[in-house]
Amino acid sequence: MDLEKMLSSRAVELKPSGIRRFFDIANEMEGVISLGVGEPDFKTPYSVRRAGIENLQIGKTGYSANAGLLELRKAICRYLERKFSLSYDPKKEILVTVGGSEAIDLAIRAFLNPGDEVLIPEPCFVCYDPIVRLTDGVPVALPTCAEDHFRLTPEKLERAITPKTKMLILPYPNNPTGGVMRREHLEAIAEVIRRHDLIVLSDEIYAELTYNGKHVSIAELPDMKERTIVINGFSKTFAMTGWRLGYAAGPAPAIKQMTKIHQYAIMCAPTTSQYAAIEALDHCEENICQMREEYNSRRRYIVDAFNRIGLPTFEPEGAFYIFPCIKSTGLLSEDFCEQLLYSKRVAVVPGDAFGKSGEGYIRVSYSYSVKHITEAVRRIDAFLQELKEKQS
Amino acid sequence: MMDRLLELLNDDARTDARDLAVMLGTTEEEVKRKIAMYEEQGVIRGYKPLLDYEKIDTQYVEAVIEIRVTPKKDFGFEEIAQKISGYHEVDSVYLMSGGYDLHVQVVGKTFKDVALFVSHRLAPLDGVVSTATHFVLSRYKDRGVIISGLPEDDRGNVSL
Repeated sequence: MDLEKMLSSRAVELKPSGIRRFFDIANEMEGVISLGVGEPDFKTPYSVRRAGIENLQIGKTGYSANAGLLELRKAICRYLERKFSLSYDPKKEILVTVGGSEAIDLAIRAFLNPGDEVLIPEPCFVCYDPIVRLTDGVPVALPTCAEDHFRLTPEKLERAITPKTKMLILPYPNNPTGGVMRREHLEAIAEVIRRHDLIVLSDEIYAELTYNGKHVSIAELPDMKERTIVINGFSKTFAMTGWRLGYAAGPAPAIKQMTKIHQYAIMCAPTTSQYAAIEALDHCEENICQMREEYNSRRRYIVDAFNRIGLPTFEPEGAFYIFPCIKSTGLLSEDFCEQLLYSKRVAVVPGDAFGKSGEGYIRVSYSYSVKHITEAVRRIDAFLQELKEKQS
Repeated sequence: MMDRLLELLNDDARTDARDLAVMLGTTEEEVKRKIAMYEEQGVIRGYKPLLDYEKIDTQYVEAVIEIRVTPKKDFGFEEIAQKISGYHEVDSVYLMSGGYDLHVQVVGKTFKDVALFVSHRLAPLDGVVSTATHFVLSRYKDRGVIISGLPEDDRGNVSL
C-alpha cells in the first residue's frame, strides 16, 4: 500500500516548520549554552506541586466535567476579575483546556467556515497559521515591524480587512518579539474591529509577564467582550508547562461550541493539573511577583548587553524574549544561528521561524540565570568579532 | 518589601555595580551609594564566598551544638551568647525557640577537636545546663544554593 497516497492532503500540505533541521542539530549537540527555549526556568511553585500530589493521593483520579472542574472555573473567574477586570460566568463562559494551544485550536474551529480569512500579526507563535489551514480557513499574515515595537497598528489592520475576514488573532504579549499592546494601542485597533465586526482571539498566555505597567485585555474595552475569546493558561504564569493546562473565556455561544468539540476530542483536561491549578490561582500571587521581578532584572540586563555588543534590540515589555536585529551581519537569520551554534555552541532561534517578517532577527530567551546569560553574550560577542574580521 | 538591590546581591554579591544598575534601571552611582549606605548601617554585614568544603583539600568538620541555658537575671541570654560568640571555633550562634536555647555551629579539623571544644569550652560555661552535639555529615543545600546533585536544565536547547 502506498501510505503516502492514503494520507490527508491537508495534513501533508501543511508546511513543516522550516527550521526543523536547525532544531534537530541544536537539540542533539552537547555542551551548548542555550538561550533558545520558550519555557520558564523556574519550577512550578512547591505548593502547587503539593496540591497535585495530595489530590492524587486521596484518589481524585477520574474525569472532570467536560468544561473543567467547576471549582477551577470559579477560581479562573475570580482571577480574571481581580487581574484584568473581566467578569465571566463560570458555568457558561469558561472552558478549561489542555494548554492554551488547545483553546486556540478550539476557538478557531468553532468560528471558521471554509474560506474565512484570519488575520495573524507576525512574527508570532507558530500554531495559528497551520490550525487555520486545517480548518479550511485562509491565514493572512500582518507583518509588524521593530519601528512600531512589533505592535499591530490600526492602519495595518484596516488595510488587510476584506469582506471575507472573520477573525483577528491578537498574540500579545508576543512570542517571539516581547512586544505588548498598551491600552491606547488596543483602543486604536478596537475601533476598526468593531466597525468591521470581527471576532478576536486574544492569546494572553504571557499576560502576567508584562513589565513597566499592567497587561490590559482587549476584552475589557467597551463592546469587545462579546466578540473576544480570551486565551490564557498556567504554563508561563505559574511555570507549569508540563501540566498542560489552559483555558478560554468568552461569550456563552462560542464556549458552548468549543466545549462540544473539546468533549469529542479530549473529554476533559487532566484532573490532577486542574486541582493543582486551583492552588496556583488562589495562593500564588507572591510567586508570580517574584518570577516577574527576576525576569524583569534579566530583561534589562540582556537588552543592554545585546545593544552593547552591536545587535540593536528594542526594549520589549512582555514575555521573556528579546528580538535583536542581526541585519548588520549581512547573514540570514538561519545562517546566523547555525554558524553561531557551530562556532560558539550558543543556541538561539532564527526569527523567520515565526513568520517571514522575522527574517533579519533572532529570538533570544532570558528564561536563564544572569550568569548563564553573561556567558552566552560573551560568546556571541566573540562570534561577532570573528565575523567582522572574516568579512573585512 | 526588601529592596531589590539586596535581593540581587543576596543572589550574587559579586555582581558589579554597572550590571546591578542596568538590572534595576538606575545609575551606577546610585547603586554604589546605596551599597555604601547599607554597609554603613550594618544592613550588609559582609561578603563571603560560599565554599564547598568537600572539594577543598583540607580537614573540616562542622557540628551543630544544641545548648540549654539558664538565663541570667537582668542579662537574659545575651551574656552567655556573647561569650560563646567570642570563640573563633564558633561559626554562628542563634537564640532559638523550642526545645533548646542556643544553636551553635562549631567548626574544627577533626571530630575530636570539636568534641573537645564542646566539653572543655562550652559545657563548663556558667549557666549551661546541657549540650547535644550533632555532626554535619553532608551538605545538600547551603544558604539557598544547591551544593550536591546540581539540578540540570532538562529543557533541551531550543523550543518555540
